[in-house]
Amino acid sequence: MYKIIAKRPLNSSVVEMVIEAPYTARKCAPGQFIILRVNESGERIPLTIAEYDAAAGTVSIIFQVVGYSTRLLAELEAGDAVADFVGPLGQAAHLEKKARILGIGGGVGAAPLYPQIRALFEMGVQTDVILGGRMKELVILEDKFRPITENLYIMTDDGSYGEKGVVTDKFKSLAAGGVHYDEVIAIGPLIMMKFVVLCTRELNIPTMVSLNPIMVDGTGMCGCCRVSIFGKTKFACVDGPDFDGFGVDFDELMRRQTMYKEEEQHICKIGL
Amino acid sequence: MANMSQQKVAIPEQAPEVRNKNFEEVAQGYTADMAREEAARCLGCKASPCIAGCPVNVPIPEFIKEIAAGNFDEAYRILTSENRLPAICGRVCPQETQCEELCLRGKKGEPVAIGRLERFAADEWMRAHEPVVPEIPKNGTKMAVVGSGPAGITCAGELAQLGYSVTLFEALHAPGGVLMYGIPEFRLPKSIVRREIDSIRRLGVEIICNVIVGRSITIDELLAEGYAGVFVGSGAGLPSFLNIEGENLNGVYSANEFLTRSNLMRAYEFPKSPTPLRVGKRVAVVGGGNVAMDAARTAKRLGAAEVYIVYRRSETELPARAEEVHHAKEEGIIFKLLNNPVAIHGESGWVTDMECMEMTLGEPDASGRRRPITKAGSNFTIPLDTVVIAIGQSPNPLIRQTTPGLAVESWGGIIVNEETLETSKKGVYAGGDAVTGAATVILAMGAGKKAARALHTARFAKQT
Repeated sequence: MYKIIAKRPLNSSVVEMVIEAPYTARKCAPGQFIILRVNESGERIPLTIAEYDAAAGTVSIIFQVVGYSTRLLAELEAGDAVADFVGPLGQAAHLEKKARILGIGGGVGAAPLYPQIRALFEMGVQTDVILGGRMKELVILEDKFRPITENLYIMTDDGSYGEKGVVTDKFKSLAAGGVHYDEVIAIGPLIMMKFVVLCTRELNIPTMVSLNPIMVDGTGMCGCCRVSIFGKTKFACVDGPDFDGFGVDFDELMRRQTMYKEEEQHICKIGL
Repeated sequence: MANMSQQKVAIPEQAPEVRNKNFEEVAQGYTADMAREEAARCLGCKASPCIAGCPVNVPIPEFIKEIAAGNFDEAYRILTSENRLPAICGRVCPQETQCEELCLRGKKGEPVAIGRLERFAADEWMRAHEPVVPEIPKNGTKMAVVGSGPAGITCAGELAQLGYSVTLFEALHAPGGVLMYGIPEFRLPKSIVRREIDSIRRLGVEIICNVIVGRSITIDELLAEGYAGVFVGSGAGLPSFLNIEGENLNGVYSANEFLTRSNLMRAYEFPKSPTPLRVGKRVAVVGGGNVAMDAARTAKRLGAAEVYIVYRRSETELPARAEEVHHAKEEGIIFKLLNNPVAIHGESGWVTDMECMEMTLGEPDASGRRRPITKAGSNFTIPLDTVVIAIGQSPNPLIRQTTPGLAVESWGGIIVNEETLETSKKGVYAGGDAVTGAATVILAMGAGKKAARALHTARFAKQT
């Protein structure tokens, strides 16, 4: 069992949990993820790592309640434990020192973006970040990004916070204003990453995205998480989760994400 | 007096039309009377060719003799002197190409049912006895075993028996490896796997799940932590795909995914178990090995109306055990032999059909099997909801990517000294599918045992 040390709601549907997991904590690097099972009969769900403390042996995860298992997880409190917790999984992000890098985090995608931007900031890179969400409540981790960014821009679809618009609106206006970025790291909903890549490709700015397909084992065993990168099949769990955005077949991935839509609705409706 | 019947005593089985709708075990095992009757077919011949056919050298005629005499405990003791997992081997070993193939009785009629007798001896012991906690003096040396499949369990058990403090690392949330995620309940009940794992624990082996060697910890770190030796039995978990058009459509699975969802995650109990598995009405499994048979028979049990095995060679070349093929046919699996998929077609992202071509067989290829040749213009399609790709697995790359100095073959298998199973890295041994590529449970067990003895010898040599 893996004990929940602390729990903090970030908004009505996003929760941060600090979990005791020494094997994972001591090897974590930005870009990696974990898989957990809430209880003994639970499904294996991949979640992103927001922070980690090797000395304390803890890993902090941030997740959005989107279905059956995340809802069960959100019902646990500090002092409770999850049945299984394994990681770190996936390749660490290849973070290179460049002059100026833009991070784009959509919704809960801000969580896995955070350790990458922090690492770049500590390398001496000038970091700007655009955080987006449908409304004010869904913009998370603003306080964490503030001290590690030169410029932090907030975008909401309804204009309830920051500027009204989507993250690509901000990116376009920055680019139009002559701001040059050597690289963009975009993490968020697939549709957001797809449109970021459409913009950055026009300007030929290298863009990394982080993919979160459906997974079972997370170690390269099942192949459920396969994605097409420049026309070649890769496993997001062992080859990723970060990929060159220019190569990603986003439409295929969005389709693959719907594989169990009916089953998800069923299990959520019967409220098991 | 020997029982001179030319046939094996039949083993009770669930009727095909009943069992293809449930996950209960197909073969239900001999009763004591049946076992004694079958055991009496063994001539106890002096040459005992069967022993040479067993990768772990079980003294087969000796344990069978005890069954015939009704001394079931003694039979079990003899059996387990060489085989740590008899309840599992009795169920999943390919006896027809090992011990039973060499049985003298097989020259005229059927060979002695060695596998069924092995299973009987193991099940009977478990039924009649409470587990015992053996007292083993510890020798103070730590050993690490990576992977809790058949190779790892066997190696860990042997080392513990010799007095080592053994830590067994498993990447998944439950120990057992392929015995848990790969082989279905109806062929190998998970309660039996758990029971065998428990017996390894009772020997003092510490099993740590949710640790991925190569990610959570590396081999070098294990050695630095004071483990005198490491055995890598990480299996062949990386699924191969066909690399044809349409393979990423919704409804296409690797056999690993299909079986893991059903076996390890118990998707057949959805929604009681929250892991889903979408089977559809028409399913094709591509491949002809045991894994393909397992996937096809699982699909049938999960409610598919029509299940096909699509294999590019003919029946003779099917790599699956004869018994699995026989069971699959009985359960209504349709064999489409000498057919090779060339594309999977879909609509709105979901599988609708698979395009295949007919094949003929030419001259034998490097594998010794006759090479399949495409018949030009023979394309046809099979309407489908689901395609399961079961064409093989290769070793997982995690360990080789994170272990400097570990020599591997171009296809990923770890290179070992065949005598000792030591790798190019001192103190690191390997065996099972991680070395050979996908093979059998019993070969992996044989390797685990061999490596344990070599690790023991190496330690002894170091001290003197």
